[in-house]
Parts: sequence; C-alpha cells; structure tokens
Amino acid sequence: MSDPIIKFDKVVKRFGDLTVLDALDFEVMRGEKVSIIGPSGSGKSTVLRILMTLEGIDGGLVTVGGEPLWHEPGPDGLRPASEAHLRKMRAQLGMVFQQFNLFPHMTVLRNITEAPVKVLGLSKADAKLRAEELLERVGLADQAQKYPHQLSGGQQQRVGIARALAMRPSILLFDEPTSALDPELVGEVLNVIGQLAEEHDLTMLLVTHEMRFAREISDRVCFFDQGQIREEGTPEELFSDPNEDRTREFLKAVLD
Amino acid sequence: MLFGFEWDLSSPLAFALSILPILLIGMWVTIQAAVLGFAVALVLGLVWAVLKAARSRFIAWPASVVTEFIRDTPLLVQLFFLYYVLPEYGIVLPAFMTGALALGIQYSAYTSEVYRAGLEAVAKDQHEAARALNLSAARTFTHIVVPQAVPRIVPAMGNYLVSIMKDVPVLSVVTVLEMLNVAKIVGDRTFDYLVPLSMVGGLYLIMTLVASAGVRLLDGWLPKQGIPLK
Ligand SMILES: Nc1ncnc2c1ncn2[C@@H]1O[C@H](COP(=O)(O)OP(=O)(O)O)[C@@H](O)[C@H]1O
Ligand SMILES: [Mg+2]
Repeated sequence: MSDPIIKFDKVVKRFGDLTVLDALDFEVMRGEKVSIIGPSGSGKSTVLRILMTLEGIDGGLVTVGGEPLWHEPGPDGLRPASEAHLRKMRAQLGMVFQQFNLFPHMTVLRNITEAPVKVLGLSKADAKLRAEELLERVGLADQAQKYPHQLSGGQQQRVGIARALAMRPSILLFDEPTSALDPELVGEVLNVIGQLAEEHDLTMLLVTHEMRFAREISDRVCFFDQGQIREEGTPEELFSDPNEDRTREFLKAVLD
Repeated sequence: MLFGFEWDLSSPLAFALSILPILLIGMWVTIQAAVLGFAVALVLGLVWAVLKAARSRFIAWPASVVTEFIRDTPLLVQLFFLYYVLPEYGIVLPAFMTGALALGIQYSAYTSEVYRAGLEAVAKDQHEAARALNLSAARTFTHIVVPQAVPRIVPAMGNYLVSIMKDVPVLSVVTVLEMLNVAKIVGDRTFDYLVPLSMVGGLYLIMTLVASAGVRLLDGWLPKQGIPLK
C-alpha cells in the first residue's frame, strides 16, 4: 500500500470564473476505500468526474496507477492527453452515477454486456456469463431480460453497479449512488456496495451523504469544503472527534 | 376533356363524379411530389445536421448560413431559381423533378433542425455513461444516441410530411399538373370553379387527415424509451 493508485497534485479546475478545485492535493492507496463527504457544491462530483475523464483539468497533475491521466509524455515533457491515451487510462476506472444512467432502450443484460463485447472484445457468450454472475451477485438474477423502466430505482442502481463491474475496473467511483432513491430502497444498494468493500483489491471512492454507511465501510473519510479537503482521517477520528469547526457544523447539520 | 375523361355538366353531382378521376390523377401527382420532396428533405436535412454539428467552424458555419438562407426565403424563390437558373448551366430537369427538389431543399432546412434537436435531446447522462464504459464515439452514436433520438424525430418529421403536401400547389407555377392545377384547368374550360375547387379542398382534407392519423399511429407505436436493441 505504499504507492498511491490515485494522486491529485495541485489540481485546478475552473468552470468559467468559478474555481471549483483550487490546487487540490489528494491521494488514494491501492485497495483503499475512501468516502468523500461535504456540502453540496464543494467539488465532490468534480473530483470523480475528472477521474472518469468526464471533465478535464486546468492545472496540476492527476495520476492513476502512476501514469498521468490528463497528460501523456511528449517530445518536450508532458502534453495534453490524446483520446487514445484517455481510452487506455479509462479502462482502469468504473463509475456508478447518481441517476443510474442506464441505457433505457437496452435490456438489463444488454446494458451489462454491451461494453465488454464492444470494448473488451469478449464473445457474446462470455459476456453473458459474466453478466449473469454479476446479476446474481447484486441479487437480480431473474431480471436480465427486463428494461430499466420496468425496475425500481434500487434495482436500476444495482444494474448500474453490475454494468460498471463487468468492465473489471480496479477503481470504482460512486457519485451519491443512493441520493436519487426512495428511502426504503437505499438499503439494498448499500448492501451491494458494502459487499464490494470487502474486496481487498478494489479501490473505492464513494461520495455519499449516508454517514453511518461511510463510517462502516471506509478506511478513510475526507471532508470536502470549497474545493479543498478541509479534514480527513479514519471514520473514528472524523466522525467522533473532528478537529475543524466546519466539519463539526457539517456533521451536526446532516446527522440531525 | 382532360386525361381522356369527359365531364358531364348536366348536374353538379354528375359534374363532380365525372371530374373525380381527373382530380385523382392530379392528387396522385401531388402525393408523389410530396413523398419525393420529403425523401430529399430527410436525406439533405441529415447532411445539414451532420455538417452543422462538425467541430470545424469552416464546415459548421457555412452549413448554418445556407440552411438559414433557405429557411428565410420563400419556397417560390427556390423553385424559380431551380427552374430558370439551372437550365442556364445545362441542367434541365422535368418540371416535376425540379418542383420536388425545390420542396426537398426548402424542407431540408426544417428537418435538419429536427435531427439536431432530436440528437441533442438525448441526455448528456447517456454520453457520459457510454464514455465511462469506454464505448467508442461511433458506437455511442449508432447504438446509444440514434435509437433514443428516433422516437423523438419521427413524429416531428411526420408533421413536415403533412405541410409539404400542402405546399405542393406552389409547383403549379412551373406547370406541374398537381391537383390544384388540374382543378384550375377544369374550371378554366367549364367555367365552373366552385365544384372542382371544393373537391380539391375535400380531397386535401382527406389526405392530411390520413397522413396526420398515420403520424399519430406511428407515434403511439414507437417505444418512448428508444428503439429496443436486442
Ligand atoms: N459543467 C459545469 N458548468 C459550470 N459549473 C459547474 C459545472 N459542474 C459543476 N459546476 C459547479 O462546480 C461546483 C462544484 O460542483 P460539484 O463538483 O458537482 O459539487 P458537489 O458534487 O460537491 O455538489 C458547483 O458550484 C457547481 O455548480
Ligand atoms: Mg455532486
């Protein structure tokens, strides 16, 4: 666990005049389970989206597995990454979205097999086998032929998780995976994520408002505020005995 | 007599019945012109939409200017342009072809907007999910975006088919014998305009009602989630 699998080095991200990340330093170790908490608009999603290559950066360096993500080596040092480089890097990452983002015109099975067949080059039979195993794992073995709109939100999100896992990423990003769900459906999704957290090799980055859950599964919790990590530590440290006033205020507000 | 059919002026009803086959021949020309024009509009509109979506401004900008120009000028201008200018450059098309082409060009400006709106309406989420799964841009377009855009595009296109039908009489000015032109000729020769023109109105009503019903049927039948991929 000595070298970080994810490293943000003085990363700057702006949207127009708004500086969302202002020289952010952030590291995640291989296999580590990190939860990101913090107020809305503090840049939590932006961090995940930069990693998933959905947003570029305006300064600094992001490395994944020791390699620059948004840059590649050129004749005179680093230059902006080409699409080919991004494609290669993206293969290490998977993402679970707040709104699930399933493909509505594809069956559950097809949602899961599409990328393994088209991107990884798996045969349809192998991809189907892989999908069925994953559906079994997320408790949806009998739903393979359904379309997303025929499923509950909790089931859809579990398909979203299976879809991301089918690409065998070494890093899995969760952006508020239960925030769009009715309260009674949150548990079934957290159960699945909790099981994944048992996997030693999988690196997990979870943005969530489920504080109890974050406390249970995380190795480390980071409190984001205004594009900075205001405070971080083990769940024990951060939740029971925060150092910063901002952290205390935030926790008080969300736990009430 | 027109197209080999004699008219019977003994009573309005007899007159109407006797010229019905003549008007139906005109109506068939109207339908053909509308369908051909529509086909041109569908293909050309897609070309404009693709060009306008091009990354390079040197492609996107001229395409926007051209479609804006087409949209802001009357159909008649395009028609005259094709009918009188093209032959000067040695391109001589039959009046019917010229007319259908003019209709197609005019409506391509509208259909290009339908394509653009339909493709853009596919949520950003879907592009992001595809990107996160590392699907190629081409695969994302053909298998994620297009199947979801089609159900949005088809009904709007259907409405343009109906309005293109109603624009076909413009082609009479370049001698195309579509339904209204035929009715006018019958009126010119029998000095009775009321019956043939009323019949044109009635036949148009039937045509547009049938076409609109077809569009609605198609719309109801299209899956709202996108075209399913098996
Ligand atoms: N595409 C964008 N364009 C402009 N502003 C954006 C965009 N995405 C995010 N932002 C802004 O950046 C800030 C951080 O957003 P985000 O990372 O989504 O925060 P969080 O996930 O912590 O709620 C917010 O103020 C948000 O409005
Ligand atoms: Mg967010």
